[in-house]
Amino acid sequence: MENIQNYQILWFVLVLILFAGYALLDGFDLGIGALLPFIGKTKEEKDILINSIGPVWDGNEVWLITGGGALFAAFPHAYATAFSGFYLAMMLVLFALIFRAVSMEFRANDEERAFIWEKAFTVGSGLAALLFGVALGNVVYGVPLDNKMEFTGSFFTLLRPVPLLFGITGFAAVLLQGAAYAVMKTEGELQKRSFRAVSILLRVNLITAIAYFMTMAFTFPGLTSNWVFYVAILFTLLGLAGIFFSLKKENDSAPFWESSFSFIGLWLAVAAFHFPNLIKASNDQNLSITVFNSSTGLPTLKLMSVIAIIGMPVVIGYTIFVYRIFKGKTKVSDHY
Amino acid sequence: MSALLLARIQFAFTIGFHFLFPAMTLGTALIILISETLYLIKKDEVYKKITNFLARLLGLIFVIGAATGITMEFSFGTNWSGYSRAVGDIFGPILAAEGVIAFFLESVFIGVLIFGRNKVSAKVYWVAALLVFIGGHLSAFWIVVANSWMQTPAGYAINEAGKIVLTSFTDTVFNPSTIIRFCHTVVASWMTCAIMVAGIAGYYVRQGLHGQTAKTMLKIGIILFALTPLLQLATGHIHAIEVINMQPEKAAALEGHFDTAKGVPLYLVGFVDEQKEKTYGIYAPKALSFLYNFDWNSEIKGLKDFPKENWPPVNLTFQAYHIMVGIGMLAIALGLLGAYLLWTKKIYEAKSYLLILPFLIPLPHIAHETGWIAAEVGRQPWIIYKLMKTANAASVVVTAGEIVFSLLMFFLIYLLLAIMFIMLFMKIVKNGPAV
Ligand code: HDD
Ligand code: HEM
Ligand code: HEM
Repeated sequence: MENIQNYQILWFVLVLILFAGYALLDGFDLGIGALLPFIGKTKEEKDILINSIGPVWDGNEVWLITGGGALFAAFPHAYATAFSGFYLAMMLVLFALIFRAVSMEFRANDEERAFIWEKAFTVGSGLAALLFGVALGNVVYGVPLDNKMEFTGSFFTLLRPVPLLFGITGFAAVLLQGAAYAVMKTEGELQKRSFRAVSILLRVNLITAIAYFMTMAFTFPGLTSNWVFYVAILFTLLGLAGIFFSLKKENDSAPFWESSFSFIGLWLAVAAFHFPNLIKASNDQNLSITVFNSSTGLPTLKLMSVIAIIGMPVVIGYTIFVYRIFKGKTKVSDHY
Repeated sequence: MSALLLARIQFAFTIGFHFLFPAMTLGTALIILISETLYLIKKDEVYKKITNFLARLLGLIFVIGAATGITMEFSFGTNWSGYSRAVGDIFGPILAAEGVIAFFLESVFIGVLIFGRNKVSAKVYWVAALLVFIGGHLSAFWIVVANSWMQTPAGYAINEAGKIVLTSFTDTVFNPSTIIRFCHTVVASWMTCAIMVAGIAGYYVRQGLHGQTAKTMLKIGIILFALTPLLQLATGHIHAIEVINMQPEKAAALEGHFDTAKGVPLYLVGFVDEQKEKTYGIYAPKALSFLYNFDWNSEIKGLKDFPKENWPPVNLTFQAYHIMVGIGMLAIALGLLGAYLLWTKKIYEAKSYLLILPFLIPLPHIAHETGWIAAEVGRQPWIIYKLMKTANAASVVVTAGEIVFSLLMFFLIYLLLAIMFIMLFMKIVKNGPAV
């Protein structure tokens, strides 16, 4: 594996895994946030929902931080172009993440204004979930770039129909993750309402996923002859079908895994044709930022591979350990 | 105002704010670990109460540190994309390593510390406290590595294309200033929390609240308060020697020293007139020569020996440095006084000492901030010392108008966070360790 191209390909895959891992894990706590007022009616129910993610949301968010760090280390030009080019959008993401992080803690300690912090939690979670999809949609669909790899569009360039469809599809998937997690962690009335949410969101996801795959098939030439694309569709449809049957049997843990499976399908579709692009240039394909023209040197990529290959299994190991400590139904008393 | 200047203001503001919180996390994690270890050994409920109380504070501190930390991670891409493109080979892996090796550890186990008291055994809880302590200190280590590499770069080469590439990661990580900067920064964070805990406990004891729990907390706080400022002076002195060797312009700016001469005085307080290139103030004759070389008449190079375009803003560097050292000296005196009162068992009745303790809580924060200002402003005009100028580091596509907007938003949001933090901090302190 001395060839730098092998490492560039490896890091394309690893960065994608980190971001997909982020989407699955933080997906469910962002989803809980966005759904809070719809599933939780009483203060007690909202307490349970928030406590169900309380011990784990911050660890989930580190997937984003590490994904960003990995992008910086492996493909600094892609990191620099996207973050500076989408400046205002990135700032919005940031403000949304800040609000939703602090609002859980503030809500627990500041009873008088708890209702404000609940709103901040919901809006912050929802906005972040939506914007991530739009950002991904843009780098995949293509943005105008110049010959120094700098973005030449404006904020409104980002709001074109195809990227927005990505945003909505991702948002729907995150909501489904959240509802399915709620089903797994709650009981009684609250769980019934969560089941209903899953059932509604299942339909929504079916529509958005079909729109997403169809749009892709029409927009990106050559995709329909790529077998990975069909595997991706299969993943998503199987996942959604699984939820349908789990709902019939009132199985309370399977929907979460099935929802995750269907989410992976959405990511796989991106992986299927985006390679070797990282940020596609919409004005001239030769200006695209690819894994080959934007990466760091061989010593850095090798070093990063060592860190990832030793570090990530350890991280995943203790993360599972901690999830097991908090497994089972969440109670109101599982509190700060 | 230029986009560059605005970006610098935004960075200084957001990092200055973020840093307040990790500084508290590290020390709180230390005191939690001490208290939880004593609980395991002595099985005394008092220690458990202290841990639970500090864990509640840690929850509040940590969440704001994490939320504002994401800003910093984003900022290299959003505002410093020129820098990011140039140093991805070296700076990128350091940030990534911080995520994989440190942030995960801390964030995952802090969940156990805050939510897990009744879900795990006392031993597992202790392990969680240990891992949060290690994780926090590892994050500080990696971020200090990142900063130290910008101060004293090592382990790199410039290739034919003019790009900075990695040659030795070990040299990058253990560049000449990493170790001492890490020690000095970490001890500063311990000192910050020693004073915080002593201040809170001092308030309780003076008010007659929380009985033995408050007294034990005061004892732990005071012992650390006596030790850490001394350690801080020692590490600070070694740090100063490192700066003299590695960044002589900065060292001269810290002291406001312009003309190369023998028997140079040490200014205790003063003012630098940058136009006239002179420093005024109260000084100890020949003392700087002595501190540098243990020789009252030795010669010391002044700023005028260096090209003027490489001078940092001298007065700001000078003032920031002197505030930090001044607070350090004051802390040594007050910490030793506390230790004396504790030793002679007078501390629980020492009303006036207990009265001032809570008011000392902001002091180490001020020293911390000014210390960083001295280090960072003293590094100007370089973003990477002698390698890259700050002027070439900013994002080219981000306009001044966009930064004005984001800066304003940061200002408002962080103001809100600060108000909420102080309010809820006070509330948790008021509720006290009993609940
Ligand atoms: C509680 C905080 C605190 C206190 C009381 C002190 N320091 Fe400090 N100092 C810091 C907190 C700090 C810091 C914020 O952590 C800095 C900024 C960069 C760094 O490495 O540490 C720093 C930087 C810093 C530098 C500049 C290093 C550079 O350019 O990177 C020197 C020379 C000293 N310190 C020396 C001292 C001395 C002689 C002190 C006397 C007691 C002292 N410090 C007290
Ligand atoms: C520009 C530089 C910095 C960046 C990019 C940065 C980035 C971050 C990020 C992304 C987080 C959130 C991690 C989480 O969610 O758990 C964080 C938290 C933290 N940062 Fe910073 N940070 C910077 C400066 C510093 C400095 C100077 C220190 C200390 C010396 C520090 C120490 C910490 C620690 C200990 C945490 C853990 C969370 C906490 O304790 O509140 N950081 N930082
Ligand atoms: C590893 C951690 C850090 C890194 C990588 C870092 C990096 C930077 C960068 C990129 C800038 C902008 C360029 C400039 O204007 O100089 C800067 C400036 C600055 N930083 Fe740091 N910094 C770190 C830690 C800190 C901390 C913890 C503080 C303070 C609490 C701090 C205070 C400042 C200040 C005040 C400036 C403005 C200097 C000026 O504009 O003249 N830095 N630093």
